[in-house]
Amino acid sequence: MTDSKNLGKGSSITRREALAGGAIVLGAIATKPLSAAPTTSHSTVPKTVLDPLIERPGQLGTPRSRRDGPLKVKGGARYAAEHHLKDMTYAALVFSTIARGSISEIDSRDAETSPGVVLVMTHLNAPRMGAPEPFLATPTGASGSSHPVMQDAEVFWNGQPIAVVLAETQEQADRAARLIQITYQAKTSVTRFSEAKQLETVATFGGEKLQTVRGDADAALEAAPVKIDVSFSSPRHNHNQIEPHAVTVAWQGKTLRMYDCNQGLSLTAATIAKVFGIEPAQVHVSAEFVGGSFGGKTLWQYHIVAAAAAKLSGRPVRMNVTREGVFRMCGGRAPTEQRVALGADKDGRLKALIHTGFTPKIQQNAMTEPFIEATQRLYSSETARIEVRAAHMDMLSNTFMRAPGSAVGTYALETAMDELAEKLTIDPIELRLRNEPDVDPTNGKRFSQRGLVQAYQMGAERFGWIPRKGQRLGRREGEWLVGTGVASAYYPHYHFPGGAARVTITADGKLLVELAAHEQGVGAATTTAIIAAKRFGIDFEDVEVRYGDSLLPGSHPAGGSQQTASIGATILAANTAMIAELAKIAPQGTPWAGLSSTGLTTVRAGIALTERPSVHIGYKELLARAGLQAITIEADAATPTAAETWSMHSYGAVFCEARVNADTRELRVSRVTGVYDCGKILNAKTAASQFRGGIIMSLGLAMMEETQFDERTGRIINASMAEYHMPVHLDVPLIDVAWTDIPDPHAPTGARGVGEISMNGASAALANAVYDATGKRVRDLPITLDKLMV
Amino acid sequence: MPIIINGHDVAAPADPRVSLLDLLRERLDLTGTKKGCNQGACGACTVLIDGQRKLSCLSLAVQCDGHDITTIEAISEVDSLHPLQAAFIETDGFQCGYCTPGQIMSGIALRGEMQRGAPSHVTPRLEDVPEASNEEIRERMSGNICRCGANNGIIEAISSYVRGTL
Repeated sequence: MTDSKNLGKGSSITRREALAGGAIVLGAIATKPLSAAPTTSHSTVPKTVLDPLIERPGQLGTPRSRRDGPLKVKGGARYAAEHHLKDMTYAALVFSTIARGSISEIDSRDAETSPGVVLVMTHLNAPRMGAPEPFLATPTGASGSSHPVMQDAEVFWNGQPIAVVLAETQEQADRAARLIQITYQAKTSVTRFSEAKQLETVATFGGEKLQTVRGDADAALEAAPVKIDVSFSSPRHNHNQIEPHAVTVAWQGKTLRMYDCNQGLSLTAATIAKVFGIEPAQVHVSAEFVGGSFGGKTLWQYHIVAAAAAKLSGRPVRMNVTREGVFRMCGGRAPTEQRVALGADKDGRLKALIHTGFTPKIQQNAMTEPFIEATQRLYSSETARIEVRAAHMDMLSNTFMRAPGSAVGTYALETAMDELAEKLTIDPIELRLRNEPDVDPTNGKRFSQRGLVQAYQMGAERFGWIPRKGQRLGRREGEWLVGTGVASAYYPHYHFPGGAARVTITADGKLLVELAAHEQGVGAATTTAIIAAKRFGIDFEDVEVRYGDSLLPGSHPAGGSQQTASIGATILAANTAMIAELAKIAPQGTPWAGLSSTGLTTVRAGIALTERPSVHIGYKELLARAGLQAITIEADAATPTAAETWSMHSYGAVFCEARVNADTRELRVSRVTGVYDCGKILNAKTAASQFRGGIIMSLGLAMMEETQFDERTGRIINASMAEYHMPVHLDVPLIDVAWTDIPDPHAPTGARGVGEISMNGASAALANAVYDATGKRVRDLPITLDKLMV
Repeated sequence: MPIIINGHDVAAPADPRVSLLDLLRERLDLTGTKKGCNQGACGACTVLIDGQRKLSCLSLAVQCDGHDITTIEAISEVDSLHPLQAAFIETDGFQCGYCTPGQIMSGIALRGEMQRGAPSHVTPRLEDVPEASNEEIRERMSGNICRCGANNGIIEAISSYVRGTL
């Protein structure tokens, strides 16, 4: 039996066991060893050469404060709406008030003569522009939808921008926008989910069908001795980044200059270039600081409106979208209706796993809330029927929001697992361990690294989990009903192609890394410096990182928790390219001259022979002897292929203590422990913050968050921060986080990304804790106090 | 009378619709004070007016005639940090940084409020000087929303500051 006390960070025993996929023992349950050939297609697994950087102890993971800290705490970091341009005008938008139809008349005479007004732009006078390509619909698409922007009288959703006013001041623009009179010709629209469901289709995500069918799950469910069959619903959500969307735009000669808040710079530049019929290099988008993104800081219509209005007026434009405007124009998470049916034998082994449901989307995007992703990977089951059906509605584009799909999907799956455990009279952790798969249940691939069991072991110990066998352990403390719950977390490992960087070593021995990466609070600039410092054998302080600008190399979208993988792979490629250049400039006759990049390694601020590290020369000396002030290389990251061979996903175990007031049914969270298995952690300080941040948003999802949608009119009702409730300080207890820290041998620098996994699991753990406290299962999010009333 | 902003006299704007927040950000280029919701729901625009924390988005600039305004730009010198700013870095009390100036200004004013004995919703006994308990600080800071979820770090930094242990 593995002693749980030894399962600390990066325990070598744990790592070897995990890499071998072999017998991990917890409690009385042992997972079966891997069969010799799980599937014929994977009978020959490529030999793994471990990255030396993740093998050397102490190389990565040291806690470091974020580099932009002093600037941010002093208010000196400039965001999109804080760049002042000469002769700048201020924009105010007018939004449609019908869900579908056309504009029959726009009366803007009063607005045009209102003081300070520079321009009123509508479809009647907007420049001719192409429709933007949506994200995932094309390789370079970045837009929330493919709707044309102010090109005709058509209205596609309630809240669509249909006019913009430019004025000398924001106050003047806001005033004039209110004077515009619009008359509509309404068409029939689909704004009710129930109606849209009649038109459903099997959905796709990233080009793949959201469907897994294995055996006859319905028959297996019927035959199973123990089963549950339950339905869930989750509402719309909004990112509510504290920085509202904004862009400051100017046409400078042939260049379109945009100071933006953005998490996909290269894609945004490419998409906007197509809209205006110019080259991507003519669109210069920068976003050094982004005030939160969470999937929502992509390309929306306001970018195009602002650029078009700047073109038409000949003046720069400040587009500071109002909070209401963000709700009207920048999408959020789609609602879901889900069914989870689980059938098990008396020992708790799953015989049937059914997770199906509906979610609305618009026809003009490539985004379906993929709420079944976790169900496809978390547990083995003899049979499965897992499927998402998409229902088309006339509404604001739904979009990616932190842990798309799995945030609400794990809520349903993991509360259903809790119900099944109760029915089986098996501890909920035990139930999960009994269904731990040997290989990926959906495609038979071996796991690159999977430490869900270790996460449960660590979490149970940290939280002080008391095992239960079908009984509630909830207790009463004064006027509070107190309970505990647990749930699994899951998030896939993504790694997009297109990473590239420019790296320079200067005569003073310092390193400059330049790449089009993003900093929305994730700590990417700091982590990039950590990776580059280790890879190049140089002090952290001697590495400068420039990022946040579309003119810099590479595409490193900060989405899908993949930016760190993208940067890691890019720095590795840059290191190889730099070694080759350094070998070229090494003086003839020296041991390093002309060697290949495998013969040399970068250590101690220089290069050395891989086989004889003592034969070393410093960067400074190399450059001095070559008479160079600096040496620069550009490198493209290798195309990511690891996921073709391996099942690469992150896991976690989340524990929660809930307190429900016996009289008012007010729900408070008093304790949370989250343990995550995301490969190697590169910066303990910022990673811990990412984990906590996701947990808090997940608690918000469980307790209070809801974008209210008026199904009669298709209009969002609570388009404000006062009426969209989010966790505030008093809602957030001290949150305990930890990680298995087992490097993924197939992920760049061993790391799988940490941004989204913690958005999953906490909501279900809380719901299960609420059940433990009160005996009430709430399957309709959010768990507001009215739903807990006796 | 002028408005006194970070010790400098500033004329009130001619347009009475201009909020203190927009005066700071758009006319004085003091962009450290942030606009999150522009309706008093998020706290990102918190400044000190005569030493009290106020939401600059809900204050018309013309109302500030003769009053003393302090923004994030004025609480430390160019090359130094206010103790609370340093504490935020130490506890990782921010991620994107957008709510951060508001949190810090709110935290600075909060210490004064507690020293004066002003109670909050969770203060156990109104007649006592409130203790800087975790719950007390969380309640008093709940007008400043952090969407990145840096709450633990923020409360840790402000608690230390209020207790005078920085």
